[in-house]
Amino acid sequence: MSKVYETVIGLEVHVELATKTKIFCGCSTEFGGAPNTHTCPVCTGMPGSLPVLNKAVVEKAVAVGLATNCNITRNCKFDRKNYFYPDNPQNYQISQLYYPICRDGYVEIEVEGKKKKVRIHEIHMEEDAGKLVHEERSDSSLVDFNRSGVPLIEIVSEPDMRSAEEVIAYLDKLRLIIQYLGASDCKLNEGSMRADVNLSVREVGSEEFGTRTETKNLNSFKAIARAIENERERQIDLLESGEKVVQETRRWDDNKEYSYPMRSKEDAQDYRYFPDPDLVPVIISEEWIEKIKNSQPELRDEKIIRYKEEYDIPEYDIMIITASKKMADIFEEAISLGAAPKKVSNWLMGETMRLMKETDTEADNLKFSAENLAKLIKLIEDKAINGTVAKEVFEKVFAEDINPEKYVDDNGLRTVNDEGALRETIQKIIDANPKSVEDIRNGKQKAIGFLVGQTMKEMKGKADPSEVNRIIKEILG
Amino acid sequence: MNLTQLTAVEIGKKIKTKEIGVVEATEAYISRIEKLDKDYNCFVTVDKEGALKQAEEVQKLIDAGKLTSPLAGVPVAIKDNMCIDGMLTTCSSKILNNFVPTYTATAVEKLQSAGAVIIGKTNMDEFAMGSTTETSYYGETKNPWDVTRVPGGSSGGSAAAVAAEEVPYALGSDTGGSIRQPASFCGVTGIKPTYGRVSRYGLIAYGSSLDQIGPLAKDVTDCAAILEEISSHDKKDSTSAERSDNDFTSALKDDVKGMKIGIPRDYFLKGIDSEVKDKVLAAAKTLEEKGAIVEEFDLNMVEYAIPAYYIIASAEASSNLERFDGVKYGYRTETFTDLHNMYKKTRSEGFGAEVKRRIMLGSFVLSSGYYDAYYVKALKAKALIKQEFDKAFEKYDVILGPVAPTTALKLGESLSDPIKMYLGDIYTVSVNLAGIPGISLPCGYDKNGLPVGLQLLGQTFDEKKIIRAAYAFECTKSYRRPDALTERGL
Repeated sequence: MSKVYETVIGLEVHVELATKTKIFCGCSTEFGGAPNTHTCPVCTGMPGSLPVLNKAVVEKAVAVGLATNCNITRNCKFDRKNYFYPDNPQNYQISQLYYPICRDGYVEIEVEGKKKKVRIHEIHMEEDAGKLVHEERSDSSLVDFNRSGVPLIEIVSEPDMRSAEEVIAYLDKLRLIIQYLGASDCKLNEGSMRADVNLSVREVGSEEFGTRTETKNLNSFKAIARAIENERERQIDLLESGEKVVQETRRWDDNKEYSYPMRSKEDAQDYRYFPDPDLVPVIISEEWIEKIKNSQPELRDEKIIRYKEEYDIPEYDIMIITASKKMADIFEEAISLGAAPKKVSNWLMGETMRLMKETDTEADNLKFSAENLAKLIKLIEDKAINGTVAKEVFEKVFAEDINPEKYVDDNGLRTVNDEGALRETIQKIIDANPKSVEDIRNGKQKAIGFLVGQTMKEMKGKADPSEVNRIIKEILG
Repeated sequence: MNLTQLTAVEIGKKIKTKEIGVVEATEAYISRIEKLDKDYNCFVTVDKEGALKQAEEVQKLIDAGKLTSPLAGVPVAIKDNMCIDGMLTTCSSKILNNFVPTYTATAVEKLQSAGAVIIGKTNMDEFAMGSTTETSYYGETKNPWDVTRVPGGSSGGSAAAVAAEEVPYALGSDTGGSIRQPASFCGVTGIKPTYGRVSRYGLIAYGSSLDQIGPLAKDVTDCAAILEEISSHDKKDSTSAERSDNDFTSALKDDVKGMKIGIPRDYFLKGIDSEVKDKVLAAAKTLEEKGAIVEEFDLNMVEYAIPAYYIIASAEASSNLERFDGVKYGYRTETFTDLHNMYKKTRSEGFGAEVKRRIMLGSFVLSSGYYDAYYVKALKAKALIKQEFDKAFEKYDVILGPVAPTTALKLGESLSDPIKMYLGDIYTVSVNLAGIPGISLPCGYDKNGLPVGLQLLGQTFDEKKIIRAAYAFECTKSYRRPDALTERGL
């Protein structure tokens, strides 16, 4: 009988903080930009330059710490992590080892209806490295320091997760908290959120942990799930065939669905951490923490409760809408512009979700504005357009965020509300379809639908179908 | 009297009264450098053209009444570990043989805005590591008192340039005595300010928690005026302090009545040259005669200062010097097989022996398994040394002692025995560990005619007290030029 194994997973999650300037200098953190244009002596490691801490980084890190139930270290310090690599301009990274800013927190996750706490060991602040660009032509590498010094927090969990589902739930929870705080946009595919997976397996019932590996280069939730399954299988196979798991760092190749070893524990570097003498300790006062707490925006859990109280929409809708800060923002803004909550929710749950699926768009990447959605809803309410036209217009709003009022006018899509003109057209259709008229008179109600359709076609969709239906019935007695 | 024999403040006065012009003063020093520096090698870079251009601009600003500093128009030399926009900055190392910064150290910027004329960059021990200026890649600097002797270090070029009157004053940096000891060996005056008094921005770091920029000049008055100019709270340096007591010239009073001066008994027990001891104690006597209350006391922890210093400074240096890797600037080895090989060859060829020794020592004390035993313990020793000084300053305004156990050593004497060289720092390194200010000024001459230095130490940010005591002592004698200059008619 084969043994039953349990997977033990802990995560190291790096999040790029959305500050305007870098962690230790005044350079812009903006993504893109020509290579080495967002740089200065500090973030390129020029001799004699000195780091000066950006307070906004501390505030964002504290906000994340508070939202994840951490203790805030009142007297935290920066340390140097020494290692040579060309993207690391000083050849040491300023990070926190001995006194990280947050410790001992947790978040609650829910998988298949079961709630569970995942403990957070610590959150520390550090600087990002630059980027190496390999030039094939000259067989040389170039360094772009635009990203060098962009602030990061690293959130280190305890080994509390047991499945890929739990890992995804945990990451999703973190992503939502951080997005709601406005601390980062947390995009895995753009690297503003990066997760390294520490995984080991052990026999169910065992108290001791197995030897763990660390898997890097995971750029989507799907890749994370695949890598976890793959690594679990790999380790079980090793153990089953009497071999040992080697403690090492592995790199995941999502195209090949395979990971390969990057470095083993034996060649692990000695980072020679020590307190950075260029930076003074960060003293975080009670007042400062209070200030950060008070300026903290509404988080998802609070939003869910409020939506239930304020809006008459199904709980299922609330869960979907609040699952993305972006969608919740659109929802609330459209309402504040006068749209009925129920209507906004319907557009988000219906057409928006359909188009997202069709175009493979994540909620975080929605392009349309609440303003244009609200305008569209207003057009429908005013009976300026009918439902079919509205869907057509919304596709444009979804894709290009067009102004629906202007679009409807430019394309002559406004519903004809002139009853005389409508009656004229209907009469024409009735006259042209004696067979259908006869069918209706013989009780075949379905034939009315045909006449409505023909009328709508003639009107190029610019009529209210219920109105057409009413007039046909009236004419035919 | 020759213009170049004046002090910086004297020249500044004559410029203000239009007795001399800024260009005239600049030219006088440049021609002196051209004449003498082949003998002394005080400079790594002399910027003749730039200095003359600056001199003309500064003269215009002075004429327009826009510059009022006592140092306006006075030429200055800067130790070659301070960055100046557009000027070669080497740290006297091969690895920075082509490094031209695009920014200027804050302390230098302060002088520039006061109207100082920068003449060039002075020689030093490579990356400020050494006490003799012999570890420079660009050749050793020689002591103007005796060219067979070292000028001290690491700010040896700055001290020798002032002594040889190649420049009226210079900036140096002091991590473990690098301003005070060469001042002592060259018979000039130098101040190591309180840690945080002067911005370190643009100073190429050796031991970041210990480094301070300070003045080297002919007398206490000059040093006070210079320090007043360069002290600042700098937003670019988190370790710089916000102070409202940077008016050091107000402390230039010939009055030590009632001042309490402590002499650490331990400093005179062993390893100190008897002539040095006699001159320093004689200086104490002089101050006592002027009304100071002088007494001996026990300063503990002295024996831990050197090991603690070499562990902390080397640890920080091993990390600070990692950026010199051949990737971004500076020297890169000509041929290499891969990245690792490029790093290895660049750094092997680019750094000298003493720098490599300290990088290895520093890397060792930070490595896992040794960190607690060495680095953490050294930090504890540092804290205890500070406590000892705090205790002493509860009783005394000023602590008086020697700067170095000997006068200037013969060239080549120290390099063969680095431990011996390290032990020569016994009286200076604890000052950096404690972060307190210290001044070094001449107090006599030994039988070889070499200057002996007197060191006065104050509590954190008490620069004014040591300036007052030093000024009072200085008032009892006049400045003595190196006899060799006078003998040679220079």
